Amino acid sequence: MESTSHRFKENAREGMANPSLQRAMENMRRGFPDKRLAAIGRLPEFDALRDRARDIKNHVLEHLDFYLEAWEAKVTAAGGHVHWCRDAEEARRTVLAICRRLEARTVTKGKSMIAEEIALNPFLEANGIEPIETDLGEYIIQIRNEPPSHIIAPAIHLTQDDIEKSFRASHRQLDPGRPLSEPHQLLDEARSLLRDKFIAADVGITGANFLIAETGSSVIVTNEGNGDLTQTLTKAHIVVTSLEKVVPTLEDAQTILRVLARSATGQDYSVYTTVSTGPRRPEDLDGPGEYHVVLLDNGRSRMLGTEFHDMLRCIRCGACMNHCPVYATVGGHAYGWVYPGPMGAVLTPSLIGVDEAGHLPNASTFCGKCESVCPMRIPLPRMMRHWREREFERHLSPAASRYGLGLWAFLAKRPRLYRLVNGLMARVLGLLGREHGGFRHLPLAGGWTGGRDMPAPEGEGFHQAWARKRRERTRAA
Amino acid sequence: MSARDDILGSVRRSLRRDRLSDEAQAALQRRIRAHERNIVPQRGSGSGAEIAARFIDEAKSVAVTVQPVASDAEVPDAIVRYLAQHNLPARVAMAPSAALEQIPWASRPTLEVRRGAARPDDQVSVTPAFAGIAETGTLMLTSGAETPTTLNLLPYDHVVVMRTSQIVGSYEDAWDLLRQSRSRADGLIDMPRTVNFITGPSRTGDIEQKILMGAHGPRRLHIVLIEDA
Ligand code: SF4
Repeated sequence: MESTSHRFKENAREGMANPSLQRAMENMRRGFPDKRLAAIGRLPEFDALRDRARDIKNHVLEHLDFYLEAWEAKVTAAGGHVHWCRDAEEARRTVLAICRRLEARTVTKGKSMIAEEIALNPFLEANGIEPIETDLGEYIIQIRNEPPSHIIAPAIHLTQDDIEKSFRASHRQLDPGRPLSEPHQLLDEARSLLRDKFIAADVGITGANFLIAETGSSVIVTNEGNGDLTQTLTKAHIVVTSLEKVVPTLEDAQTILRVLARSATGQDYSVYTTVSTGPRRPEDLDGPGEYHVVLLDNGRSRMLGTEFHDMLRCIRCGACMNHCPVYATVGGHAYGWVYPGPMGAVLTPSLIGVDEAGHLPNASTFCGKCESVCPMRIPLPRMMRHWREREFERHLSPAASRYGLGLWAFLAKRPRLYRLVNGLMARVLGLLGREHGGFRHLPLAGGWTGGRDMPAPEGEGFHQAWARKRRERTRAA
Repeated sequence: MSARDDILGSVRRSLRRDRLSDEAQAALQRRIRAHERNIVPQRGSGSGAEIAARFIDEAKSVAVTVQPVASDAEVPDAIVRYLAQHNLPARVAMAPSAALEQIPWASRPTLEVRRGAARPDDQVSVTPAFAGIAETGTLMLTSGAETPTTLNLLPYDHVVVMRTSQIVGSYEDAWDLLRQSRSRADGLIDMPRTVNFITGPSRTGDIEQKILMGAHGPRRLHIVLIEDA
């Protein structure tokens, strides 16, 4: 997808002036946060599970090369194929080559953010293959020719009226006088049109929430069942995914799954969690004849070990955007690329460059809500500040934010000093904040703490944790 | 250089190390083989009766209907009643599974039973389940020669016939059962092509976050629960 992230300010202004978007966003503000709280209330172990989920992903990232190779060996043993792809172009070409070999004319798709990231649909279309989105939200935005505005609810920016208009405009083969004013009428129409597509499609493409090293499986999570029909009814199942999705065991995936749906939609568990391993077995009565995983890097391996390392723990639950006052005001399209909200503000500059997306990390009030709801405990505000520092160094920053970041920038240019001060700050603040878990007043940071609490750091920054781990390893070896 | 070598090389460069030593790799292999449970919540444990009651409660909370019956002999009747109640034809597509063949279908000759994978025009399917998970009222279904996956997805009504003795507390308990029933000579699990965890009927919230049932999969999910424990 072509980025308009550099136009964030203009995009945001348009979003704020759009009454239909504002109505849709109001729905979101009232919906997700309450449901999440209710779900957490039913699970006293929620916070302990978050810690464990974070630790599992940290362990994987530190040994990512090992787990990818272990996982690949199992995929191959189960009769599947892994295609390693450095960038979007390689991934698109790999998918196309499989489709061509199978003489595919239509491809059904379950929701995949990686497919959005590599802009797969326009590429397939340009090569004479029709991609059909089957998640209802993705289908709606596909017929409207729009990008998703949310990572788990792609059509959240639309009202029911918008959707009715789009169906009438797109489904011209149907009676124009048909009733469509009820939500279930819209759903039934999409269901019956898509049913035929599922059955006719040659190849099915899904994403993956997890890859399991123990078994070589991929896991998808949906509520509609579209990802399951997609992979079951076609000649080949292609999983389009990225390398940070791997976890060691089924049990590890289960632990993270316990925090995923609760954080995302406030369900205790999503309707369909599906674990797929290889192609159909000889004795099976249905299932895909081939199983492929297109494994994308696209800059992720280079994020390891940097200040954006922790972002690779993200499980794409959407909680950070559901709770973000900026997202709720400007809508997802303002962010201009595939990933909106706080996670997008951190990830997008990493993936498409700070030149294009340097404005996004400014789209924050530093209220800290995103970090407080993130099931993987990703320090999103801190990473947005890192981007701001980098932007400052490059003198791209508007004067107003330069003023407040003078000290950070001074330190950022002096890595050793920066690390020292950063570590000291984290430790001091960690100690001070332990009692209350937050600060009302921070010296020299009135702009940030006026009107909001600053969350207490965990007491150890990435660089310290890194150094400690290295020491431990050398000692153990 | 191949993309694979490039990517693995880039990962290692970022982690500031070479390929892990053999010992380090062996330790990580042991971690995989141990597949330890992490944290199993309280709601995923309890006595047999507690777990069965929680499974039923949780399943109902996600819009599943549950019909307990005392024996195999009562199953055909329970299904015929369900079909009548929803004005459905007395015709089902059934998984050709040994567990279901024990049921005396011939006792209700009006019920037409076709065995095999689902076809696009099937309205109702009947399948077994591998396990029921109390924690969230979730069903675990596995694909195989006796259990085609399409039956879980294509029809509007999915009827699951299972026994209370198949109910476990947590997802980890269910994986343990599968590991036991499908363990290979090397001690690893022989995975079926597809393991479906299903928690309620298909739904969507994509139209203004209103919850609607029957998005692509079944609109109704009904469990006939044979009380054998
Ligand atoms: S950053 Fe955290 S809250 Fe946001 S999508 Fe990722 S895991 Fe969810």
